[in-house]
Amino acid sequence: MAVSVVVRRTLKVRHARSAASVFITALCAGSAAAALLLILGYVVREGITSVNVPFLTQVPHPIGVSGGGVANAILGTGITVGIATAMATPIGVLTGVYLAMYGRGAVASSIRFLSDVLAGVPSIAIGLFAYAVLVAPFKHFSALSGSFAFAVLMLPVIIRTTEEAIRSVPITIREGALALGLPLYATTMHVVIPAARAAITTGLLLSIARVTGETAPLLFTAFGSQFWEANPSNPMAQLPLQIFNYAISPYPQWHQQAWGGALILIVVVLFLNILARAALRSRTSR
Amino acid sequence: MTPSPGDRRFRGITAGVGETVVGSERAAVAAPQSLDVFRPRYRAGDRLFSWALTLSTWTYLGLIVALFVVLFAGSWLAIKSFGLRFLVGSSWDPVAGHFGALPFIFGTVVSSAIAIVIASGVGIAAAAYLAEFAPPLIARPLAFLIELLAAVPSVVYGLWGLFVLAPLVRSVIGPAIQSKLGWLPIFSGPIYGVGMLTASLILALMIVPTVAAISRDFIESVAVDQREAMLALGATRWETVRRVVLPAARPGIFGACVLALGRALGETIATTMVIGNRPAISASLFAPGYTLASVIANEFTEATTQVYISTLIGLGLLLFVVSIVVNAAARILMHTVLRNAEER
Repeated sequence: MAVSVVVRRTLKVRHARSAASVFITALCAGSAAAALLLILGYVVREGITSVNVPFLTQVPHPIGVSGGGVANAILGTGITVGIATAMATPIGVLTGVYLAMYGRGAVASSIRFLSDVLAGVPSIAIGLFAYAVLVAPFKHFSALSGSFAFAVLMLPVIIRTTEEAIRSVPITIREGALALGLPLYATTMHVVIPAARAAITTGLLLSIARVTGETAPLLFTAFGSQFWEANPSNPMAQLPLQIFNYAISPYPQWHQQAWGGALILIVVVLFLNILARAALRSRTSR
Repeated sequence: MTPSPGDRRFRGITAGVGETVVGSERAAVAAPQSLDVFRPRYRAGDRLFSWALTLSTWTYLGLIVALFVVLFAGSWLAIKSFGLRFLVGSSWDPVAGHFGALPFIFGTVVSSAIAIVIASGVGIAAAAYLAEFAPPLIARPLAFLIELLAAVPSVVYGLWGLFVLAPLVRSVIGPAIQSKLGWLPIFSGPIYGVGMLTASLILALMIVPTVAAISRDFIESVAVDQREAMLALGATRWETVRRVVLPAARPGIFGACVLALGRALGETIATTMVIGNRPAISASLFAPGYTLASVIANEFTEATTQVYISTLIGLGLLLFVVSIVVNAAARILMHTVLRNAEER
């Protein structure tokens, strides 16, 4: 009798402990999610008052002159990210295809390993690299050097997602196309890559989302500007850079502009992330 | 038209054609050696395609090599003039020619260490909840929100840290800690708001999703029978997780934490905005500090002399090498788990 009482009591303790641990872990997960909502809430609350038509259509005004906006910074970020995507996509997708289709041996496995490692290299180090290659020799800051840094940041993401995407295409599809007499390049370009298109698109969108919010490598590459600029060989305004400069300035009026810029940036980046997920889902449901 | 056996590209193509996939294992079946003989007019296209693949792959490899070479060459002047002495000097006064990087190394290591301690606790718990305890109806949106936390740009974290968290640390969190634990040197001194603690908290928030998402994958990959066996023996759900699931996933979870540590070490903009940017080693977590990445961000465009620029690139090289070591360690850890799982 006594033994069963003890067992029952320890059982009660054990169940209580189990319930408590479920509660505590739930609290941890909940607080992380709550932090996101808290940050989003602040950005929306503080930023929404700054975002209006002049904010979206004008260039920055000097301090003391009210108004002004981030239109040139939005354009600059668009151009810089656009050029980076154009540079990184062909190299990234082709290297991914190479790894998926011929990827064996020391070269392939070292590329895979280096990609994983490169994905974790601080973006500021990549910025220094871009500075040394494209700014220092010309003694001139340029949006192009920013795009180059972004492209280096995008490559590992594109390569690994492309490789995974191509690998997930059933080998029978490839064999079927080859059996019908298609040459290998046509099989790859017209059969395998289209079949993997959704997952490749997801990787591209994620890499674009990642660099759109990047600030550190731009400090000494694209550098920023107060004016309209569309020539990539010149310094160019960048939205994240503009937010950074406004935020660390001593002027409340510029802090307000920083919140407005942050709202636009976060909406764009989260939209790209959700779009990336949607692209993947449309494939899996098919 | 038979290619020579030494032709690497041709071997590549036939290997691709003859390749077949059985489960996750790839096995080469007998490659049709003479495929090209039947379709000579396709040869040009296939060869061009193969060249494009090879070219882009080597471009990429070249880029990675160039990254290392360029950073090393850029910091050569500093290495030549100071040796590795500048890594241990504690005085940073570029105008007077003093380049001691110790305050930055200290700031980087301390802020990242505190961040990873907080983030691994919260992140692993969150992962355990999402993978083991939460009903799907809650787990899915919760996991989605935590993953989006990783997507928030660091400049937005910095902005929020500077205008929301720093004042909170100055007026609420700081005094509360100090009233209880003020006798500890790490919680002594004036509270500025911006400083080491604020930076650590922001970093922790930024790396929680990395820990949580990757740990969750590894927890979910633990075989179901192990859980069932434990439950059948009468263990509670917590005991199952604590004694079986977490130990089985441990190397992977550890890898996730190392990966997150790498992110914290290299984070630039958010840290720069909230750490206070003062090159001094202080015992107090409320005091301002400085990190390697922050000093590059703040001073690079204002660096006047060649040695100054070279020293900053040298700090970048240090950051680069450390991040490579940390990331390589993380990947190797996670890789061993995956291989073990496949063998099982």
